[in-house]
Amino acid sequence: MVLITRRIEFSASHLYHNPNLSAEENRRIFGKCNNPHGHGHNYTLEVTVAGEPDPVTGMVLDLKELKEILEREVMQRMDHRHLNYEVPELAGQIPTTENIARVIWQLLDPQVKQGQLHRVRLYESPDLFADCYRNGDGAAGKP
Amino acid sequence: MNSPLRMELGRRYRFSASHRLHSARLSEEQNYRVFGKCNNPHGHGHNYIVEVALSGAVDPATGMIANLGELDSFVERQVLEDFDCKSLNQDVPAFRDRVPTTENLCIEIFRRLKSFPQAKLERVRVEETGKNSFEYAGDNPEGNRP
Repeated sequence: MVLITRRIEFSASHLYHNPNLSAEENRRIFGKCNNPHGHGHNYTLEVTVAGEPDPVTGMVLDLKELKEILEREVMQRMDHRHLNYEVPELAGQIPTTENIARVIWQLLDPQVKQGQLHRVRLYESPDLFADCYRNGDGAAGKP
Repeated sequence: MNSPLRMELGRRYRFSASHRLHSARLSEEQNYRVFGKCNNPHGHGHNYIVEVALSGAVDPATGMIANLGELDSFVERQVLEDFDCKSLNQDVPAFRDRVPTTENLCIEIFRRLKSFPQAKLERVRVEETGKNSFEYAGDNPEGNRP
């Protein structure tokens, strides 16, 4: 089993606000991320696919194809967008790093036909990131 | 929790500390042979990076595995206050009779963070320099992921 990872970057704005909570609770839970006019990040996305290299091509998957999937499913949806208002898949959810990573997993998983999606890691900043795995995947090397 | 997906949260922290690698069970000469310049009697320091991985359910009300403010203050209290700008050998009791290698540092930091109430601690990774890093997952079966 070999893991192959591709990294892309996109920039987007968001804010954290739960309409079911009071203004005060929102401020307490989300702090400055609750600023009503939002703020933005340069997100870094790492997508890891697991599989056996094809004996003919030596590849787990065609990286060009993965690049196109990421362009179509992630860049066009999220790059230079406001995640609260412009990404229907996130409607009704707080656009935290966890939730964005999960939505990206759900968008990519059906598209990855060669190998199997193993991990989606989304960095909001170098110091904060969320990982999404298929539940029940084993430890390293046993996806 | 029967979600088809499994989420982890990763957060990085920094502290600076000095240490000296020296074992009381070895002779002066053996210490120098084993630890090299890290055995310099007056010690030396590093800018450490601690990467903490937590797993848990994402709360639908907040979109979060754990509240970051609470995680940050927990790590501050449990680790950074005791380690930042300190001598690990002299200021941290765990290292009075244990060599403060980054391996042992990982284990000690894991021990101090294990009780975080909001999520499960999966693993601690410590970078001593940009060129080396160490990970410890306790006995978590899910801990040793790529």
